[in-house]
Amino acid sequence: MTTTGIFLQVLQTLLAILLAPLLMGWVNQCRAWLQGRSAPPITQPYRTLRKLFHKDAVIAHNASPLFRFAPYIIFACMTLAAGLVPTIANDLPFSPAADVIALVGIFALARIFQALAAMDIGTAFGTLGARREMLVSFLAEPALLMVFFTASLISHSTELPVIVETLAHKDFVIYPSLAFASVAFWMVSTAENARVPIDNPTTHLELTMIHEAMILEYSARHLALIEWAVALKLFTYSTLGIAMFLPWGIAARGDLAALPLAVLVLLAKMTVGGAALAFLETVAAKLRLFRVPEFLGSAFLLAVLGMLIHFLLEA
Amino acid sequence: MTDLLPPLDLVNLAWAGVLYWLSLGFAALLLQRTRSLLTGLIFPLGALGALLIAGIGLVGLFVPASAVVLPIGLPDLPFHLRLDALSAFFLLLLGAASFGVTVYAVGYFRHMERGSLALLTLWYHLFLAGMAGVMLADDAYAFMVAWEVMALSSYFLVTTDHDIPEIRHAGFLYLLIAHVGAVSLLLCFGVLQGGHGYYTFGYMRGAELTPFWASVAYLLALFGFGAKAGLVPMHVWLPEAHPAAPSPVSALMSGVMLKTAMYGLLRVTFDLLNVQLDWWGTLALALGLITALYGVIFAAVQSDMKRLLAWSSIENIGIILAAFGLTLIFYTDGKGALAALTLTAMLYHTLNHAFFKGLLFVSTGTVLHATGTRLMGQMGGLIRYMPWTAWLTLIGVLAIAGIPPLNGFVSEWLLLQAFLLTPGLTQPYLNMVIPVAAASVAMAAALAAYVMVKFYGVIYLGQPRDPALRHAHAANWPQRLGMLWLASGCVALGLFPARVIEAIAPVARLLISQTLVNDGDWLFLAPVSAERASYAPLIFLGVVLVALLLVYMWVRHFYHGRVRRAAPWDCGYPEQDARMQDSAQGFGQPIRHIFVSFMRVERETPDPFDRHPRYQGATLDQLWFLLYLPIARLAAWLSAQAGRLQHGRIQWYLIYSFVTLIFLLVFVTR
Amino acid sequence: MSLTYHLQVVNLLAALLLLISFAMLSQRRIVGLVTLFAWQGAALSLSTTIVAWSTGQHHLYYSAALTLILKVLVMPWFFYRLVRKLDVNRDVEPMINIPTTMLIGIALVIFSFNLAMPISQMAGTVMRSTLGIAMASVLLAFLMMITRSKAIPQVIGFMAMENGLFFAATSATYGMPLVVEMGVALDVMIGLFVLGIMSFQIRESFDSMDLRHMEKLKER
Repeated sequence: MTTTGIFLQVLQTLLAILLAPLLMGWVNQCRAWLQGRSAPPITQPYRTLRKLFHKDAVIAHNASPLFRFAPYIIFACMTLAAGLVPTIANDLPFSPAADVIALVGIFALARIFQALAAMDIGTAFGTLGARREMLVSFLAEPALLMVFFTASLISHSTELPVIVETLAHKDFVIYPSLAFASVAFWMVSTAENARVPIDNPTTHLELTMIHEAMILEYSARHLALIEWAVALKLFTYSTLGIAMFLPWGIAARGDLAALPLAVLVLLAKMTVGGAALAFLETVAAKLRLFRVPEFLGSAFLLAVLGMLIHFLLEA
Repeated sequence: MTDLLPPLDLVNLAWAGVLYWLSLGFAALLLQRTRSLLTGLIFPLGALGALLIAGIGLVGLFVPASAVVLPIGLPDLPFHLRLDALSAFFLLLLGAASFGVTVYAVGYFRHMERGSLALLTLWYHLFLAGMAGVMLADDAYAFMVAWEVMALSSYFLVTTDHDIPEIRHAGFLYLLIAHVGAVSLLLCFGVLQGGHGYYTFGYMRGAELTPFWASVAYLLALFGFGAKAGLVPMHVWLPEAHPAAPSPVSALMSGVMLKTAMYGLLRVTFDLLNVQLDWWGTLALALGLITALYGVIFAAVQSDMKRLLAWSSIENIGIILAAFGLTLIFYTDGKGALAALTLTAMLYHTLNHAFFKGLLFVSTGTVLHATGTRLMGQMGGLIRYMPWTAWLTLIGVLAIAGIPPLNGFVSEWLLLQAFLLTPGLTQPYLNMVIPVAAASVAMAAALAAYVMVKFYGVIYLGQPRDPALRHAHAANWPQRLGMLWLASGCVALGLFPARVIEAIAPVARLLISQTLVNDGDWLFLAPVSAERASYAPLIFLGVVLVALLLVYMWVRHFYHGRVRRAAPWDCGYPEQDARMQDSAQGFGQPIRHIFVSFMRVERETPDPFDRHPRYQGATLDQLWFLLYLPIARLAAWLSAQAGRLQHGRIQWYLIYSFVTLIFLLVFVTR
Repeated sequence: MSLTYHLQVVNLLAALLLLISFAMLSQRRIVGLVTLFAWQGAALSLSTTIVAWSTGQHHLYYSAALTLILKVLVMPWFFYRLVRKLDVNRDVEPMINIPTTMLIGIALVIFSFNLAMPISQMAGTVMRSTLGIAMASVLLAFLMMITRSKAIPQVIGFMAMENGLFFAATSATYGMPLVVEMGVALDVMIGLFVLGIMSFQIRESFDSMDLRHMEKLKER
């Protein structure tokens, strides 16, 4: 564990925390453009967060400590997750403590607290959201794990830095299995990030909500933390996708000179990725809830197919 | 016996512990009149015995095996006892889990109103002694005696409230399946002795069996132990018997007794049989995965909290069995290091399950005491009235859902790592199918999270669905201590995996003569190699806590902590009440919708003009109708046919005897 | 890995072929099915071209061109017309629900991969490892035909099966002789027209394209 390593670790985590609302703002802006609305400024999420932090928190009479505590846990989990994924440099001294399977576990931890907090007040919509969230997750989690497995089988490791190193800094090889995995990963990340076609982050109809229904009771700083965590989760998923499918540009271990370029490459990838997300959200329609198992089942099967293709063509 | 004072071998200490439990049980009969002494003296002493057994188990892992022959039982059939690493590991599990449960029982049985407490104390300690006996036995005779003591005492414990017809029914089902299993085990030992007529395990180890007879023995063992463990399709007794028993007993049955079946399976397969075939592992893996998914799907649709936990036990047994199957696959393929990895995962999960399932079962006991019902649909909001139970249960819930950094995650992590290593296998079909099988483990784990959110959310969170819940009384101190012990077990097993693996290593060395090499240090867990995968729960927890603290301080420092209390948002509908929350059935509805083909759903929808509409629904096990009822009908038909032989006339009976005599004479003289 | 880049691209296209086969299994609409079929033909044609270029097997260029013209242009156009004329483009639920179909599909893939392994070791071509994929797409197309009750999806399934066979031939022996290929193409065309005419006939007789009505024709 070197000083540079620790510096890079802290730098990347902070970068993720600070850039996450920007990505959210960019996606919102692109979507507004594509839908022919006048777009909010790209810094809108930061302003919303500041506003929320200044407000007085309103909490239901019967809220238990779990309810007040959950936003902090969720935010801490997402920070941790963001710190595990190489964004600009492949030097993460913290990553041996938790591999991709543990990463899935971190997301699960945050999700469970989110669902429990939603059930804590005891309103009909809170429990509805919790139930749907758990439904989506039990289908998405195995698929996500299969995507990770495909990448792990190629690089013989479940550590993200090793995966990035294998894909980006060794001989360039086309892996057909990763093509399958990337489609599956996109499907899973829409589900996990509560985006169209699984969930609609901008909806105001409680009956169609999943994620929003869970946080109906939150306000002020608690809501701000949750919103920030949501942005951070989207950012982390984007960097995960980049690390597994488009890792070129992430600086190799100990290669400090490549850092400025890496930051630029990251920003470029994020710009394109955010625009693509906005585009896909604009052309797709939200699925009926009971089509969701089919959608995620397909994601799962795609990931499995990717693995089988790996055995046939790449082993 | 020539030496009246046997040397102080560990095995002697162990059977002294068994004897101690037995005597405590019988002492309870003498103290029948003084109920306070039973809970205040016998149970704490029993807990001490559990600590002793746990200590023996811990030491026994690291010292050479010791054996003893006890001249009790039938003439010429002495009891052979032996304590090796495998027995020691399971004794450790038994002692550690039953210590917490027994401490809890002190507080639990204090309030028992119905039934005879003395008898219950007797059966409880006999049960503990029986389980320890199973783990110590070194011949088929002692094994079966201990096995039956365990089965019968648990039967009597299940039927503690035998005045309720459902409980009698559950007890009967349990007894029936336990004995079908026991018969299968008897036959298995019969095959294992290989025609020598010696029933000690020592002889069995030396017996050379042909692959055919070895397979027969393995299948009989799988069936017999599977019936005890609740393997699909022999699982039907579990969701009936576990809810029927008093909570500490359910905790022991689920946490420890199911594990004796796993112990037996390991003992027979790896220790007694000296040949293992490759398809055995595939069979066990497939059965395990089916059991895991079946169990967790049904757990998601239950509305009785103990029944939910019982189904969840089926799921966990499935995962343990899948790990066992994978061990066999690797072992027969000559991949010793990988077999060690999966065996470690299996034993780790066995230990974990004892702790978190024990914790969850005893916590339902507290809830049951406080609310008087097992139906989750009548609870809610208990976190405000019984905070101790609620927060400790939360640890168990997170652990069983496989959330880092608690213990459930470690064993699942190890198992998933093992699945990733299967491409090294020589059989092409297996190395393609097995990573797919990993997905079912992942799915079972994710569904377990669903089940646990439901369990915790419906019972402890939300608004109380029944006004009487506001007066629910909290757990008393022995109960808290018992739960605290089990919860700390979950945390400790989760945070120090490298230490636990060191404790499992002697077992792996004994069974497959190879151990899991930890490439990390005490902080890092890195099976196979550190480059491949590593996990450090302590660092993980540390970073989460630091992040949590930083965020909290930052928010409080730069902003403020002002809070206003208000009524929850009513969505424009002012008449919200507690009954509008999801009931247990409502929460399970999506799962029922998706997996409806496994279930038989019976609904009773009210008439639209009904003034007091009541909706009733039940989700029943399809296997019960497809498998058990036909068998029961067949049995009834066969006995009806046999009944025709009965005429009531003495001449006919004489003719039967006569024909039998003739037949035997012909048979014998040939 | 020591594969050359164009071979890697062929592998990628093979994987794409399989992906499209699965997409066809899960597609509910006929127009979507036709589009997917056209894409499958395109992938096939492209991979054949690359193989032809990298191995110098000139007759494969003709096969590729034939595929492009017939399966990417003519047949999809014909199908689009048929669908528009018959007005049958609605969501159609397959006989077995889609997740189950996909699971069976996965099982078929595992089966054919293992089946192809020993065969592909005998074949001497550079792209022999894709033989398993070709077999899998044949079986998947067959599965699609089984699970659909409408006439047009069945025909498309039949064509997709032919795609798979063609790909198998390319990967195992660098394609069939050109004469055979031309013959097959002709057969397929004729089959297509016969089925096109039949579709109109079926609809006129039963006022529906559901082949389950054909069950009435059996002798009692």
